[in-house]
Amino acid sequence: MAQLSIIVNGQRHVNEIADNILLVDYIRETLALTGTHIGCDTSQCGACVVHVNGISVKSCTMLAAQADGAEVTTIEGISDGENLHPMQEAFHEQHGLQCGFCTPGMVMSAIELVEKNKDLSEQDIREGLEGNICRCTGYHNIVKAVQTAASKMQR
Amino acid sequence: MSSDLNKPIAHDSAALYVTGTAKFTDDILFPDDGLHIALGLSSVAHGKLVNVDLQEVLKAEGVVCCLTAEDIKGRNDASPVFGDDPVFADGLVSYHGQSVFAVVAHSAKQARIAALKAQITYEELPAILTIEEAISQNNLLRAPHHIEAGSVDKGLEGAPHRLQGQIKIGGQEHFYLEGQAAIAFPGEAAELHLHVSTQHPTEIQHKVAEALGIGFHQVSVQVRRMGGAFGGKESQANLPAIIAALAAVKTGKPAKLVYDRDEDMRVTGKRHDFQISYDVGFTNDGKILALNVEQFLRCGMSFDLSAAIADRAMMHAENAYFIPDMRVTASLCKTHTPSNTAFRGFGGPQGIMGMERIIDDIAATLGLDPLVIRQRNFYPDKGTSESGKPTPYGQPVTDCVIGQLVDRLSRDAHYQTRRLEIIKWNKDNPVLRRGIALTPVKFGISFNKTMLNQAGALVHIYTDGTIHLNHGGTEMGQGLFTKIAQICGDAFGLPIDRVAITPTHTGKVPNSSATAASSGTDLNGMATAAAAETLKARMATYLAAQYQADVASVRFADAQVYVGDEAISFAKAAMMCWQGRISLSATGFYATPEIHWDPDKAKGVPFYYFAYGAAVTEVAVDRLTGENRLLRVDILHDVGRSINPALDRGQIEGGFIQGAGWLTTEELVYGKDGRLQTHAPATYKIPACSDRPAIMNITLFESGGNPADTIHKSKAVGEPPFMLATSVHSALRHAIEGLITEGMPNLDAPATAEQLLMTLKGMAR
Repeated sequence: MAQLSIIVNGQRHVNEIADNILLVDYIRETLALTGTHIGCDTSQCGACVVHVNGISVKSCTMLAAQADGAEVTTIEGISDGENLHPMQEAFHEQHGLQCGFCTPGMVMSAIELVEKNKDLSEQDIREGLEGNICRCTGYHNIVKAVQTAASKMQR
Repeated sequence: MSSDLNKPIAHDSAALYVTGTAKFTDDILFPDDGLHIALGLSSVAHGKLVNVDLQEVLKAEGVVCCLTAEDIKGRNDASPVFGDDPVFADGLVSYHGQSVFAVVAHSAKQARIAALKAQITYEELPAILTIEEAISQNNLLRAPHHIEAGSVDKGLEGAPHRLQGQIKIGGQEHFYLEGQAAIAFPGEAAELHLHVSTQHPTEIQHKVAEALGIGFHQVSVQVRRMGGAFGGKESQANLPAIIAALAAVKTGKPAKLVYDRDEDMRVTGKRHDFQISYDVGFTNDGKILALNVEQFLRCGMSFDLSAAIADRAMMHAENAYFIPDMRVTASLCKTHTPSNTAFRGFGGPQGIMGMERIIDDIAATLGLDPLVIRQRNFYPDKGTSESGKPTPYGQPVTDCVIGQLVDRLSRDAHYQTRRLEIIKWNKDNPVLRRGIALTPVKFGISFNKTMLNQAGALVHIYTDGTIHLNHGGTEMGQGLFTKIAQICGDAFGLPIDRVAITPTHTGKVPNSSATAASSGTDLNGMATAAAAETLKARMATYLAAQYQADVASVRFADAQVYVGDEAISFAKAAMMCWQGRISLSATGFYATPEIHWDPDKAKGVPFYYFAYGAAVTEVAVDRLTGENRLLRVDILHDVGRSINPALDRGQIEGGFIQGAGWLTTEELVYGKDGRLQTHAPATYKIPACSDRPAIMNITLFESGGNPADTIHKSKAVGEPPFMLATSVHSALRHAIEGLITEGMPNLDAPATAEQLLMTLKGMAR
């Protein structure tokens, strides 16, 4: 067992946790934040992406104990109250979603991509999102959404 | 009009998706004392179960109990039709990854760890794994079936040219992002309520009741949404649901089974892989006179839906081409592999791939542009004197638009110019080769099985003028719920935000068909419109009497009800009707008209109409590595009068890319022991964001609406665009045409980089 002290979406949590609990399971089961999804269990699909200290992380391949002391943001924590994050708004408006299962991870990866890179070309976005799989859309509207959000975020 | 019909409005769950608040099955609040299930899978492809020792499993931490075939009081069967898919192997295992037992524990992790502790002894038996082995040992699920028109043998003998060939087409994993998931909540007495990620809640209800030996009325099944399905949650959702139900009944606690990705890929069936061989006779100018096609499909260890899938493959073996003398035979190969199942297109894609291969081969033989051969053989368009030529199964093709559609696409995409330019490029560039192809799709809309073409809806109007909408269709991301809400809102003259979209539930609309065969909107939209018409008629009659107006004058628009000269708000109208004791709840029902099918003669009119589309794809191939990519895609697709152009475009693009994955990077590899080697996304490659072509132009064909009397003249769009991706394979073949030796290479599918290299090597020999 390990002592975990972690800030998730601005709120501190202190828990006694098993050493082998994955961050995604801690988020979904202990904190009941089910917007972070598990798609492949093996760090391939990106449905479980959250931000740990501002960096996109596939939470299915990180132990919760490794996030001790960290600040974690999940899909539930990026909007400002009623006001959606520009990336959330863009995915909504540009139809960058169908079944919605990949959407939270896609949004989280896209936010970091845009925050860390200025003047993203379409090709940069395509390559930057390679670690997030979508089986429904064919990606066109996802790329469009990221472009739309980028222009707002970098204004 | 304040109606949202025909508008590109967002998916109804979009706001929930982007905030992480949409609940998928595994996200539903689950009580702390609820139990979790893991499967114990067979580690041989074929063998007798000599001993299943679960002692160590039961002793493992957190384990509550195990389930085996002996725990099933009713039928040990998860199959959709034929009764040949055991829930738990009973004495015999028939594929590597088959469920032998289940562990029920306090956490999913505990259950998974415990499941690995089982000691299972097998007496291994010889396994038949491939189509070739099944053919050589005549291991078929049933005698081969065929569809035939004219006199094929005579036609072939008399033809000026004759050509034979074959193609192997790989299967495909669905890879819905949300794996199979089911939760069973025990109710009072023998009642049971399930939340399942399924396209077919009614079948789950039936299979659970049969396994438990109780009535259908004691089981209710609910599904709000799936995280993708693509056909893979039709019959394949039965197994986890039944096992969750068995666990809930045995323990008296809520029980949940969610497959992890490995498990999902190993246990569930996939798209059928095919071998297709052909013998074709044609004229000097490429007109096809006679064609004999033999299709062999790997079904796996049981029927599942393979009989219907083979039927659809046969019914699409001629694609968009009129062939006077044609015979197509399908052999259902039985193998010791997972039982292959429904997947977007349902046999149609393989049938169409076979036909497009034939066209390309004819073109290569005659030294002509394949598009010319295609155009010379199209079914005549509607409105032309030749229109109405019959398919090999006897259905006249009266709604054809493929000729004009392809003319327009070819012109708009500059196909001819680009083809000539590419041919010139390839002469000068021996390493980086390019290819281009235009292929058409004609896809029959309706379930092959006539009886399945029915649907129900339930509509309530509340006294504040809001609507509760329910129907038998399920939401898997395609936007069905959004479209039906648009239809419902439009009927009452209300915006979509006045309509509550509610989860599919067997207690609300009973005896539903699977949401499949692209028919979700066609069927449930019509049923919803029927319910709305019933309610409107009741309201109109009452309100007309109140205002002493003519019933025929009553109109529902702009969130108002116009009665004679009066305009009252819809909310007030609803309240008045309630006060006047008028029922504000109605069911609606729809059965597709005009369709019929005689399975013995393999003739009839199985489809209410056809959907049409075409795509031009340009590719590049690196001859030294086989690496390839899509450079540009142009699509023109007929959706009739679109109920929601944004959702329809999403289906077209997503379908195409999924089809491109099937034909290029997605490869299922089974080991000699029958174990699926590619059981995770590390080894099974579906298209990523960077695989999408840089240029992708999607245009909706302006047809003036579906000639068939469908809901608001729309056309089904779920499956047809998938087959637009045949253009990718044809373009890849074009890119390596004549590279080492003369003529067309025998490129199989998927055309992975390895496959392309091996093909080139084969050509060199």
